[in-house]
Amino acid sequence: MNEIVPVVDMSGISIEFPGVKALDAVDLRLFQGEVHALMGENGAGKSTLIKALTGVYPIDSGTITVLGATHRFSSPAEAQAARISTVYQEVNLCPNLSVEENILLGREPRRRGGIHWKEVRRKAREVLDQLQLGHIDPGSVLSTHSIAIQQLIAIARSVQVDAKVLILDEPTSSLDADEVQQLFTVIRTLRDRGVAILFVSHFLEQVYEISDRMTVLRNGRLVGEYRTRELPRMGLISKMIGKEMDALAELERAESRRQPGRQDEAPVLQAQDLGRKGSVRDVTIALHAGEILGLAGLLGSGRTETARLLFGADRADQGHLSIDGTAQTFRSPRTAINRGIAFSSENRKEEGLIGDLSVRDNLVLAMQASKGWLRRVPRSTQDQLAEKFIRTLDIRPANKDALIRNLSGGNQQKVLLARWLITNPRLLILDEPTRGIDIGAKTQIQKLISSLAADGMSIIFISAELEEVLRLSDHIAILKDRQMVGHIPNDGVTMEDVMTIIAGTPA
Amino acid sequence: MNALLKHRLTWPVLALVLLLLLNQLFRSDFLSVRVQDGHLYGSLIDILRNGAPTILIALGMTLVIASRGIDLSVGAVAAIAGAVSCTYIYNSPDPSSLRTAAGGVAIAVVAGLVLGLWNGFLVSVIGIQPIIATLVLMTAGRGLAQLVTDGQIISVSNDSYQAIGAGFFLGLPISILIAAAAFGVAGLLTRRTALGTLIEAVGINPVASRLAGLSARSIIWTVYVFSGLCAAIAGLMISSNVTAADANNAGLYIEMDAILAVVIGGTSLAGGRYSLVGTLVGALIIQTLTTTVYTLGIPPEVTLVFKALVVIIVCLLQSSKARDLLRQRRRPVAKQSDVKVAV
Ligand SMILES: Nc1ncnc2c1ncn2[C@@H]1O[C@H](COP(=O)(O)OP(=O)(O)OP(=O)(O)O)[C@@H](O)[C@H]1O
Ligand SMILES: [Mg+2]
Repeated sequence: MNEIVPVVDMSGISIEFPGVKALDAVDLRLFQGEVHALMGENGAGKSTLIKALTGVYPIDSGTITVLGATHRFSSPAEAQAARISTVYQEVNLCPNLSVEENILLGREPRRRGGIHWKEVRRKAREVLDQLQLGHIDPGSVLSTHSIAIQQLIAIARSVQVDAKVLILDEPTSSLDADEVQQLFTVIRTLRDRGVAILFVSHFLEQVYEISDRMTVLRNGRLVGEYRTRELPRMGLISKMIGKEMDALAELERAESRRQPGRQDEAPVLQAQDLGRKGSVRDVTIALHAGEILGLAGLLGSGRTETARLLFGADRADQGHLSIDGTAQTFRSPRTAINRGIAFSSENRKEEGLIGDLSVRDNLVLAMQASKGWLRRVPRSTQDQLAEKFIRTLDIRPANKDALIRNLSGGNQQKVLLARWLITNPRLLILDEPTRGIDIGAKTQIQKLISSLAADGMSIIFISAELEEVLRLSDHIAILKDRQMVGHIPNDGVTMEDVMTIIAGTPA
Repeated sequence: MNALLKHRLTWPVLALVLLLLLNQLFRSDFLSVRVQDGHLYGSLIDILRNGAPTILIALGMTLVIASRGIDLSVGAVAAIAGAVSCTYIYNSPDPSSLRTAAGGVAIAVVAGLVLGLWNGFLVSVIGIQPIIATLVLMTAGRGLAQLVTDGQIISVSNDSYQAIGAGFFLGLPISILIAAAAFGVAGLLTRRTALGTLIEAVGINPVASRLAGLSARSIIWTVYVFSGLCAAIAGLMISSNVTAADANNAGLYIEMDAILAVVIGGTSLAGGRYSLVGTLVGALIIQTLTTTVYTLGIPPEVTLVFKALVVIIVCLLQSSKARDLLRQRRRPVAKQSDVKVAV
């Protein structure tokens, strides 16, 4: 029906970075009133294509047509002026401004030369309500919110402008099922208003639920454009990875039950009513060697806060914590790391990456930090480790000297995971370790987690995907409103069981 | 060729060479180096010798800036170092002996370390912003130095002491040798150990560094102490060169020269990646500029303006944004992390 003229028509787009051909003659068409999914493995070039469209990167060749006019945007501001609105993969807001300021930054309503604050508040409220985010205080400082909420606020910002094209690069990676549905409602509303929407996600169910059409990329090349209902899942996967899916399907099924953890020994980690004012409370955990504990809960229920307490990133002011039966008070991550604890944060840009350092430097950072600056990890060891993990986790490009900020989101995540694996911790706390990771790599990482536990490592696993939590964990701790409300062994627990506990506990 | 154009050192080195050639144009003997009484003489040697304090202070400043800080107090620390050593020598019973000179140096070095500890304490433990924390000592330090010298200019006559700033060893000025040694030690210390990388990590992303288990506090403390040490040695050179301690004027505005040297050398004021060699080139540019002003006979009133002009040009050449404008090519818009120097 809308086949007439695409709103956006990119053709023959090529972009080369030093040493990497990120895009090679790629085409992309977006139609009015359609949701278009951009698919591909980590590093396939999805974010780069988006940045080409929005003027972040200059294109080496090709043409970009928006609403019939040829454009060469040289800055995101120009793209915005052409009513293309974008939410980038990494939240790009000002952490120390308020929510409302972030939503309306650069477009504040004015009155007599000054900013009309009342109007700012009103407009911010309006758009938050529209996204069913009415519970967020528009005056609160952005950085006080979790990364998922920040993501939603970034979306609110882009919805607020009257866009013709809305681009969402992995908007759902940190959202749980309910928020995804909220977001989809908004997307559908906008779509019905005639907005062309470009959507990137590694969750196939979501892609199949929301998209009308998709473009598949592989290694910077165009594989093709398809109508979603004409391309079955298996077909899509094999188009993305360039080979048949069997091997992968095998992995998925081979998810055998591991040996249960070593219950007879003293627990590696024991927390009793651990808490912190303004953060979480009543955290009670006993975790043995080789056990995986999953933390379940809704967005903002206190999963990340729990992890931060256990790691000493925040200091607990209530309760007790012991490692191997010895009482501990962690004053800083450093003390926790010295006791064999590792924590991979969900917030990769702010709390993980050292952007201007190489992949190798980032990989050995935690190990180096624990050795102290005097005893430098020898260069040959660094290289060996880097090469080993680039191979096992399939990090691309396989270049240990590349600056980590130039890697694609999923590949950055793999490097950060490797940073902690290198330290060979006794307790590994993983907050959204598979966030932004493509399906192939995700199964691989889940397998890795299982095998680490089988080798005796204790693991605390947090994921917005409840399914993933249930599949991997031996125990599940359930949080609600920043309080631990349940702790159950995972003997065939279903998503409904967990949801019932969450719903059934009075706040 | 393109790689060469992009190298962070290309433009500073080119600027330095041009400046030297410019001088040669006006004074044909500028680039020649003579041997006289077994010592090397010539304008180039003068540049190195007069530049030694700036080079040293810029060295310390580089590491501080890499850690996302800044040290405005270096000039004051240099003045204090000169003041305590000269006062000590002046008041000692045997003011011309080698032992007295050594004592003076030791006291100055200790003073530099203590002042560096103080700055590091304010920044890393109390958490005051570096620019404010070191501003405290920048203003109070001169007062301290005056208290030490009782508001007088303290002149000393001690040959050993004078050698630090004006002496020669193996034909080369001792001050250059000291500065070179400091560079060598700092280079080895930061690149042979992990210190350099850890300083950069803290400068690039302090939050992530903490979560990776780095002790940012001790790293930050280390760089300020090192900066204090460099400033103290520079202060010794300055006072030794004129055989007097001048609390008001010793090392005046040297923090500005040092910061400029770091920036010209390609280290971003935003912290992170640093280049010691770049800083060395930057400091030499600053010193050559000062000399050029004399060679060209530019009236002293315009000197600062002239300096500023050259600095702006070098910085513009270095900024990738400005370079792209020159080449009329659109490049990625600067992300926050690659906003380069814009002084
Ligand atoms: N600024 C840059 N400099 C150098 N290489 C880059 C830069 N940006 C991206 N690349 C490279 O381009 C390729 C494509 O990256 P891109 O971020 O577009 O992948 P992606 O499809 O979005 O992956 P993901 O699913 O992991 O987000 C990668 O190999 C990446 O390393
Ligand atoms: Mg991406």
